[in-house]
Amino acid sequence: MKFESQRVSYWFFSVCMLLFSLQIVYGFIMAFAHIGYDNLHSIIPFNTARATHTNLLIMWLLCGFMGSAYYIIPDEADRELIFPKLAYVQLIAFLLVGVAAIIGFHLNWWEGRKFLEIPRPLDYLVVVNVLLFIFLIGGTILKGKRFTTTSLVLFFGLLMAALLYIPGLIDSDNQTIDSYLRWWVVHLWVEGVWELILGAILCYLLIKLTGVDREVTEKWLYVILGFTFLSGILGTGHHFFWIGTPKYWLMLGGIFSAFEPIAFLAMAFFAINTARKGGRNIDNRIALYWSVGCSILSFVGGGFLGFAHTLPAVNYYTHGTLVTAMHGHLAFWGAYAMIVLSVIMYTMPHLTGKKIQDNAISYFAFWTSNIGMISMTLAFAVAGIAQVYLEKKVGLEFLVVQKELEIHFVGLVLAASLFSLGIGAFVYNFISFGKPCGNLLPRNRK
Amino acid sequence: MLSKSQAKLFFFLGTIICSLLFVGLTIDTFRKIPGLTHAENLTPSVARGKVLWEKNNCMGCHTLMGEGGYYAPELTKVYERRGEGFIKAMLTDPTAMFAGQRKMVTYKLTDQEKDDLVAFLKWIGEMDLNGFPPKPTLSQENK
Ligand code: HEC
Ligand code: HEM
Ligand code: HEM
Ligand SMILES: [Fe+2]
Repeated sequence: MKFESQRVSYWFFSVCMLLFSLQIVYGFIMAFAHIGYDNLHSIIPFNTARATHTNLLIMWLLCGFMGSAYYIIPDEADRELIFPKLAYVQLIAFLLVGVAAIIGFHLNWWEGRKFLEIPRPLDYLVVVNVLLFIFLIGGTILKGKRFTTTSLVLFFGLLMAALLYIPGLIDSDNQTIDSYLRWWVVHLWVEGVWELILGAILCYLLIKLTGVDREVTEKWLYVILGFTFLSGILGTGHHFFWIGTPKYWLMLGGIFSAFEPIAFLAMAFFAINTARKGGRNIDNRIALYWSVGCSILSFVGGGFLGFAHTLPAVNYYTHGTLVTAMHGHLAFWGAYAMIVLSVIMYTMPHLTGKKIQDNAISYFAFWTSNIGMISMTLAFAVAGIAQVYLEKKVGLEFLVVQKELEIHFVGLVLAASLFSLGIGAFVYNFISFGKPCGNLLPRNRK
Repeated sequence: MLSKSQAKLFFFLGTIICSLLFVGLTIDTFRKIPGLTHAENLTPSVARGKVLWEKNNCMGCHTLMGEGGYYAPELTKVYERRGEGFIKAMLTDPTAMFAGQRKMVTYKLTDQEKDDLVAFLKWIGEMDLNGFPPKPTLSQENK
């Protein structure tokens, strides 16, 4: 670590750990409700648990992205963050808005639109908050001594993510228009601009961890992201099959989204190759595990499992079933949760000055959480496929089918317990690193 | 081999062309949505129903047009399937129709509000959704 102001990242990451743990608690509430143990219904009905689970996810991921940017941008721009104190203010404000939203969900105060449940007045506060963040990192880049592709891609990814929040604020009386614009946020985030953030962070980590040549890495970054947008933008059409939009989306959405896995596959190949070439004498092996694991599981969860239900002939039956939940879990985990955890494992030794990353608990956390999440995906998959056949093909009543699926949710709870054990170990490890302190590196750059 | 500036060009050209196409198609789609969704039937009552649907986050348990939670029945065709009386009964006391099953929130809705929600669900059910939800092809009843 080169600059004092980078330490603010630590506090963003601790908020990540907190919100992530809480997210898991709400996951269990829903899994138990699916089995029939809905004892909490009167205080936390299912829709509250769901909104809390998914919004906490988005909040901790955004918090992780911001923390990463506050670490990476000063390093890449080769200067201290401008107004470092404002970064702390921004974090506290972000947390306050988040807490207000979560409390709101428990009091039936929300906007009932999947993933965008945050009540409207708080939306505006989110926008202001993110503007402050963009100003801080943008200013740092502008005043910096060095412009790198990595930092520019990261910056534009974050800027576009903020701008794409705006279509979600447009109101309409027509449910179809509402849904159409909701996908501008949800799809163009995870299958569009968030991939800029993912790619840039991965690129940074690979450069730092393996010492590969920056020019080569950044060239491939452009190629991979070129594929992302070539397929991902018109690929939004895979959400416009059944919502009252014209028929041409069936073909356009089907074809373009079918190419989306290419970018993920390229990213995985690239990361594996780089790690092979440069991964021999590195001092933070566990961070490389997380980075390469991230590139692989984002292909499996996003690319492969996304492709599995993206063609209209398949999606006709799987649309809006637990098959979607299966894909959602592994994709979010592989692509975005794992990249944040990679950055955390990479930066913690620098932020705290303690080089304890290569311990048994780190590896336990890595394997247990990943095996747990893959098992959860399988549990959702079996439940989802059974649901599609019984409900959509055979035509049994929804609730009759759900009774038959309960056993798979018992499986889900078991798998989720394994997963949580891994995350518990990760959090324990995080705490053992201690508070941010320690010496700064001499200012020689790689 | 590909150079960095060529890679950059590939990225920017691809992104710009696709974005322009997407915006163009979006404009065309917005022109066609009123016809496909029968916007002429979108009465003030339907619009109020939509607000209630959102204010109470029904989508957090139910799917509508296949979007939402996977905990409760898909409601796109519920008007056709169950009819007005049934839906209103659900909105008055959810345990009335399905005792001892999964729980739905008990809402304190006025008669007007129930009418609005029913109007909203009826309007949704009449949209042209390219054939969604699917007809059960293996159903014994269809044979
Ligand atoms: C906490 C979850 C939850 C919420 C929130 C919820 N529902 Fe339900 N709803 C259910 C469940 C579960 C059923 C299945 C019947 C049962 O077990 O009570 C159901 C059944 C229904 C049915 C009957 C469907 C059928 O095919 O028989 C209608 C209509 C309905 N809900 C409308 C609504 C509306 C409108 C709202 C919002 C104002 C809403 N629900 C909010 C859980 C919920
Ligand atoms: C360990 C515990 C977890 C459990 C038990 C759990 C369980 C669930 C359940 C039951 C649902 C709701 C499905 C429905 O509507 O019926 C859900 C939704 C969701 N969860 Fe989790 N979850 C867990 C962890 C995670 C993690 C770690 C992530 C992300 C990395 C995640 C991401 C999501 C997403 C994105 C959805 C929405 C899916 C969709 O709408 O298709 N969950 N979860
Ligand atoms: C890492 C990237 C990805 C993430 C985090 C992700 C996450 C999600 C989530 C959370 C949903 C549910 C959204 C909702 O119902 O509101 C969803 C739906 C969907 N995703 Fe992805 N996804 C990713 C990549 C992909 C890719 C690459 C494809 C295609 C090849 C794909 C295909 C689909 C399809 C077809 C649906 C709609 C499911 C339905 O009809 O119910 N996804 N995705
Ligand atoms: Fe998508």
